Amino acid sequence: MKAILALADGRIFEGKSFGSSGEAGGEVVFNTAMTGYQEVLTDPSYKGQMVTMTYTQIGNTGINTEDVESAQLFLSGFIVKEYQDHYSNWRATMSLDAYLKENGVVGIQGIDTRALTRHLRDKGAQNGIISTIDFDHASLTVKARALPSMAGLDLASGVSCTKPYRWTQGLWDLANGYPDIEPKSAKYKVVAYDFGIKYNILRCLVDAGCDVTVVPATFPAEEALAMEPDGIFLSNGPGDPEPLLAVQENIRKFIGRKPIFGICLGHQLMGLALNGRTMKLKFGNHGSNLPVIDIATGKIEITAQNHGFCVDLDSVAEICELGHLNLNDQTVEGIRHKTLPIFSVQHHPEASPGPHDSQYLFGRFVEMMEKHR
Amino acid sequence: MPKRTDIKKILIIGAGPIVIGQACEFDYSGTQACKALKEEGFEVVLLNSNPATIMTDPDFADRTYVEPVTPEILAKIIEKERPDAILPTLGGQTALNTAVAVAEMGILDKFGVELIGAKLPAIKKAEDRTLFKEAMQRIGLEIPKSGLAHNRQEAMEVIKSIGFPAIIRPSFTLGGTGGGIAYNMEEYERMAIAGIDASPTDEILVEESVIGWKEYELEVMRDTADNVVIICSIENLDPMGVHTGDSITVAPAQTLTDKEYQILRDASLAIIREIGVDTGGSNIQFGINPRDGRLVVIEMNPRVSRSSALASKATGFPIAKIAAKLAVGYRLDEITNDITRETPACFEPTIDYVVTKIPRFTFEKFPAADATLTTQMKSVGEVMAIGRTFKESFQKALRSLEIGSCGLESRLFDLTTETRRALTGKEQQLLAEKLRTPNWERLWYLGDAFRSGMSVEEIFEKTAIDPWFLHNILQIVEKEEELKAIKDMVDDYGRGGSRTALTDLLREAKQYGFSDKFLGRLWGKNEEEIRQLRLSLGVRPVFKRVDTCAAEFVAYTPYLYSTYEEECEAEVTNRNKIMILGGGPNRIGQGIEFDYCCVHGVFALAEDGFETIMVNCNPETVSTDYDTSDRLYFEPLTYEDVLSIVDIEKPDGVIVQFGGQTPLKLAVPLEKAGVPIIGTSPDAIDRAEDRERFQEMLHKLALRQPENGTARSFEEAEKVAERIGYPVVVRPSYVLGGRAMEIVYDAENLKRYMTTAVQASPEHPILVDKFLDEAIEIDVDALCDGKDVVIGGIMEHIEEAGIHSGDSACSLPPYSISREIIDEIKRQTRLMALELDVRGSDERPVCRQGWGHLHTRSQSAGIPDLSVRV
Repeated sequence: MKAILALADGRIFEGKSFGSSGEAGGEVVFNTAMTGYQEVLTDPSYKGQMVTMTYTQIGNTGINTEDVESAQLFLSGFIVKEYQDHYSNWRATMSLDAYLKENGVVGIQGIDTRALTRHLRDKGAQNGIISTIDFDHASLTVKARALPSMAGLDLASGVSCTKPYRWTQGLWDLANGYPDIEPKSAKYKVVAYDFGIKYNILRCLVDAGCDVTVVPATFPAEEALAMEPDGIFLSNGPGDPEPLLAVQENIRKFIGRKPIFGICLGHQLMGLALNGRTMKLKFGNHGSNLPVIDIATGKIEITAQNHGFCVDLDSVAEICELGHLNLNDQTVEGIRHKTLPIFSVQHHPEASPGPHDSQYLFGRFVEMMEKHR
Repeated sequence: MPKRTDIKKILIIGAGPIVIGQACEFDYSGTQACKALKEEGFEVVLLNSNPATIMTDPDFADRTYVEPVTPEILAKIIEKERPDAILPTLGGQTALNTAVAVAEMGILDKFGVELIGAKLPAIKKAEDRTLFKEAMQRIGLEIPKSGLAHNRQEAMEVIKSIGFPAIIRPSFTLGGTGGGIAYNMEEYERMAIAGIDASPTDEILVEESVIGWKEYELEVMRDTADNVVIICSIENLDPMGVHTGDSITVAPAQTLTDKEYQILRDASLAIIREIGVDTGGSNIQFGINPRDGRLVVIEMNPRVSRSSALASKATGFPIAKIAAKLAVGYRLDEITNDITRETPACFEPTIDYVVTKIPRFTFEKFPAADATLTTQMKSVGEVMAIGRTFKESFQKALRSLEIGSCGLESRLFDLTTETRRALTGKEQQLLAEKLRTPNWERLWYLGDAFRSGMSVEEIFEKTAIDPWFLHNILQIVEKEEELKAIKDMVDDYGRGGSRTALTDLLREAKQYGFSDKFLGRLWGKNEEEIRQLRLSLGVRPVFKRVDTCAAEFVAYTPYLYSTYEEECEAEVTNRNKIMILGGGPNRIGQGIEFDYCCVHGVFALAEDGFETIMVNCNPETVSTDYDTSDRLYFEPLTYEDVLSIVDIEKPDGVIVQFGGQTPLKLAVPLEKAGVPIIGTSPDAIDRAEDRERFQEMLHKLALRQPENGTARSFEEAEKVAERIGYPVVVRPSYVLGGRAMEIVYDAENLKRYMTTAVQASPEHPILVDKFLDEAIEIDVDALCDGKDVVIGGIMEHIEEAGIHSGDSACSLPPYSISREIIDEIKRQTRLMALELDVRGSDERPVCRQGWGHLHTRSQSAGIPDLSVRV
């Protein structure tokens, strides 16, 4: 079946449908990771976005029951060069096409994804529509233009959990899958704010020895403090951090009272809570191959990233120093409070998909909690 | 950490002669290293005995020793040159072994020379099977069950705990020489003893068989600050059991999820750290059980390898150049990525295309050799192709091979007339055998297996090739059926039929990688007719860039490949430009020398201000480095693919005579298509290469040659042979390096030959020459500009005529020929050069250097052979 991707600036790509049919819209972004499409599909940070994978053969390993980063699919569209229905992997249980259909995600394949990526790179991320019902270019462009811009959108509240829950699953390994780790053995009590949290962050925390309670984005700081945690974790999530004013206010209540560690959106919220600024990048960083230097050690780590906004270091320079730096575009990759046990990073140390180079940061968080018990 | 200042003079060890398992990839890596280190201001001393290399050109090192790469010679050079450091990791196993030997002789300590890149303990840990096994155990990685043996008794003991099939790997040998797979005690005993003999340390490793497991390779780089990155992952289409050099391999890995890929990545980081390779590139091989994902480490090379060359070309990341810079102290983040110019080298390339490498074999030259593919490498060269999908890149690689293949031809069916049918019993047996036992033709039999109705599951059961690859090959075969069925539509179009449907189908066929020639076979048309049809329907390729970053950043390097999509990134210039066609895959009779010529052609043209465009498909070469020419097209050297590039680039001239037979064969058809071939005219090439025309020329010049004749059938050949008398030398016209050339002594052998030779080259007649007993063979190299002829050198063969010139030792100058004969040879050479007008057809000044080399092989009785090329 035919499908069309129309961008807000009028660029049209004609391809074939896979996954669900129908019409879907969102901000079109690219991801340069060559593996991990299942994790991408289940990453809540992609809420409101349509993702094109720059690697061309997608679907090869099917879908399995383990490689999920949340309970559902959040992105609104999936764009690939060649979808491969015949998957081959010992862990696979179904095809990508069936998975997208089951979850109502519209997909398009057979388009020049490199041309699309170059277009997004040069013209900036923008909204788009995938349709299998409307093939009128002008009408689709109008629809794409009518979609709201990501800037100013509060998407996090929509993907957050609704009530607190315990997390006990540890990190995956080939022989045993995910171990269930008894919270009693955990040494550090962590309250993890869910702005669209990826499961692997929770698994990394558990693996580092934390007893993790996940709480909704709006969970009052007072109640969290009443749980007497050793540390507060601020998760990743979709969209613009700026409109989340209540969340920022809530975070301020932890500053100076508990060690805090933030990732991605959590990092941006941390910056805002410290009265800094964030800004939208022309085209974010979306891939698994991005070099970051840890200023403390001078070591380079290859990181997974997925963000369109970044923290302006100058705006927090009085109280924070640069913790990590992105070596590709020289943007702020992490900040560290000069006096308080607070640090945050823009990239994804939990990876999934991506390299494990930055997982030491969970250990660093634990050390920080140990020091400030 | 910036560049080290405590070392000034660095000795680089080259790889020596080309052998199976070690080809021109080490010229590529050595050349890159020499260039990088000189750029950094180091004094570079080079040792390499192979004169056909770019790296041994005087410009590339400050001092070059063309001497045997042996510990004794190296020791002498160290004593004389007193380098501060030796870089042993860019010259293959030969360089590494030689460095280890001089270190163990105490030479390095004596003269205070440091090994950079990899130190002795690291090399030993990676190369010594016992140390490697212990190292892997320390970091919790599994390797196949194994044991060492140094003699027959130990070998018999070891096998008890391992069982069959068992793999035998001799220690410290190249490309698995002397190794193999034993399925029973008899084979085992024979192979074990041969392996112990082959090993310089009289040692073999006997290993649990992981035959049929998935095989992967990761290219890893590390700097002095312990930053490690993965440059490329490679998945083998041929599962474990076939040497990786003989396997069809694909980048990136296709059938691993992220979690599984990260296991390989984590393991690779742990391995390079545990082995302790200081800086530079290493490659690590893994086996994965397809049923449960169990991972075993197969081996690690603490140096750049053929896979590194492939990974460099596959990603655009210049591994050897970066390795050289890391060896002198730079960190990955201090080196800029040449392609993006903005980002540093400390990243992991991501690609948005599929790369397929297919090895090139030459079993037809060695009829007695065992053509089964095993853990011992047998291929002599390789091709790489880039496409946006596996299907496209696979089919492009097939037609790059230069073996007359233009796609997934059938071995059992006639594709033009037959549709799918059941196989005869005999065919079934053959097919089953070809599928089960790895062999170079297997990939074509995979197509036939599908054509005969076998399922993916059945073929997987027989081959253990991952179903993902099999499904893709099935899709190619299904598309072939679909395309065959539209023959009428194609014919109708010629008579004014529908356009849109045909355009879509043709575009889809091209996206699947079908060549014009293959489509022509399906539709009973020739290649040019299909090309015209395609162009009239507007189905043209676009060119995309290899940029290390999947278009995330702007690429400044025009490193291009063709595909059938929307957007073209060629961005051609309007400069005066010359295109050079490269040599394609290495084969017997064509090694590194043609790449040498192409690269020098490029340098000379660049000096004269031309934009240079290189077209080649051999990933081991210097010519396919993105910084050798102004623009690089990594494409098959076929009529179709070359014309597509000509169409978009519109070069002022195309040079075909530097790349050996591969581009020479294209000269006449390209000229007919209106391509401006410069240099020696295609007609002159044809006069030299076509035996009948050559003979006419000799008659005209009143020169002699051995009695001979041309034959197109056995009967004709027999007549010629009877006329001139046995023994005779027989060979097809237009051949390279004596391919299918034989000396036959009687009619019976002539008949046997005619069946194999005609197969080897169906389109050209067979030449029958009188074999000259006890003749002396002479090689002459000359240069001609149309007016003057300069004789570059006269070489006298040490072996008598009858041994191919490429196989015989020779002496320069001649040692047993009188002045008169030499003068006569010179006179004849001049006559022929001027008669053929060997030169640049338009006499541009650019044509001076390396132009119109005339290579004449003359025997004392006459001149039986001449070829106009470099």
